[in-house]
Amino acid sequence: MLLKNKIFALVVALVLPVVVQADSLLPEPPKAKKKYSEETLCVEPVEEMQKNHMSYILDQRDETSRKGIRTKQYSLKECIDCHNAPAEDGKVARAEESEHFCSTCHVYAAVQIDCFSCHSDKPQNTQYRHTLSAIDISNHLNIATHSMTIESAEMLELLASNHKEGQQ
Amino acid sequence: MSQNKVDQYRRQFLSQATAVAGVSLASGVFLNAVQAKPADQAASDKNRWGMLIDANKCGTGCNKCVSACHKENGVPTSGKPATDSQWIRKVKLTDKQTGHVQTIPMMCQHCANPPCVDVCPTNASMKRADGVVLVDKHACIGCRYCMMACPYNARSFIHEKATEQKYPRGQGTVESCTLCVHRIDDPNGPNNPACVDACNTEGHKAMWFGDLKDPESEISKRLKKYGGEQIRSDLGLNTGVRYQNLT
Repeated sequence: MLLKNKIFALVVALVLPVVVQADSLLPEPPKAKKKYSEETLCVEPVEEMQKNHMSYILDQRDETSRKGIRTKQYSLKECIDCHNAPAEDGKVARAEESEHFCSTCHVYAAVQIDCFSCHSDKPQNTQYRHTLSAIDISNHLNIATHSMTIESAEMLELLASNHKEGQQ
Repeated sequence: MSQNKVDQYRRQFLSQATAVAGVSLASGVFLNAVQAKPADQAASDKNRWGMLIDANKCGTGCNKCVSACHKENGVPTSGKPATDSQWIRKVKLTDKQTGHVQTIPMMCQHCANPPCVDVCPTNASMKRADGVVLVDKHACIGCRYCMMACPYNARSFIHEKATEQKYPRGQGTVESCTLCVHRIDDPNGPNNPACVDACNTEGHKAMWFGDLKDPESEISKRLKKYGGEQIRSDLGLNTGVRYQNLT
């Protein structure tokens, strides 16, 4: 019996690293939908955000909930809008699913977060970053402007006008 | 970031310019146009946001302010009225002598001296510089002392797990009327709370929202001219929500 266990342990020890190497268990968070800037990509350099995103969010939460400062750079809502935008088929990953942007790493690192017990884990506006096809931009504009933020509505208008110019 | 700021200020300037033009073009329509707060500025004690409610204009069978509030803020109805959150409710006042019936909307009164803030052991219950009384849910431990301290029964405990939030709310914390603080902080605002908009849309026009510290605001002018009662004024809480024509 003891020998059996030892053999099993040996097999596991030999096989496991191979398995890990063959099919990486490292998290692969989904790509963000938009760049904050060309240099830093995210609101701070990506390496910095990977390490210290929690500090930025923590500072911002007190600024917003206690003082009413609502800048968008470190706003959790903006993180979610950009990083957890709906997929092409309109499906949005929820926090408890491993496909959710935050969960991909947090499940891997076994760090539990309670942000989403109060905050929404999906973009408020499901029209956000709606896929734009060149054919019916005007149609999208009609749907979208009802519930869109000013910024994204402006962006759509800009795209539509560019599209028209391109046609002429 | 800097471009964002520029955009914000430009938008704010444009909205102010529109508001000013609105006053001069059609006075009486845009009377309570107030200055917007840029997103990067903190709420200031130069403002005190408040509400005025005319009990005579409030529709007795109307519930639009309640449904608009709960829709705006994503407060769900689970079909258990005993435990469902109630940010605003209609209260019926009947004069037993005459049989005269009035209804008024009742919500957080946004006191200047809020008892809920006094009793909170974690400093979660707080008053913003501009007079809006809020719960910082990051610090709330769900002890519900504030619910016991509030003379207006304005706060609710979130019993059920929250999943479809519009604004942050979570199980095990206390919540109440925020005076639609997200609308107040809107860089294109400050805009009326959802209940006031719903009341105007319904045609009752029984509610006014505005800055109590601005003598030129519609609400201040009305309060100066007609006066306004505080409910339980004996407690000396100096409420931000005032009522008129209570009988």
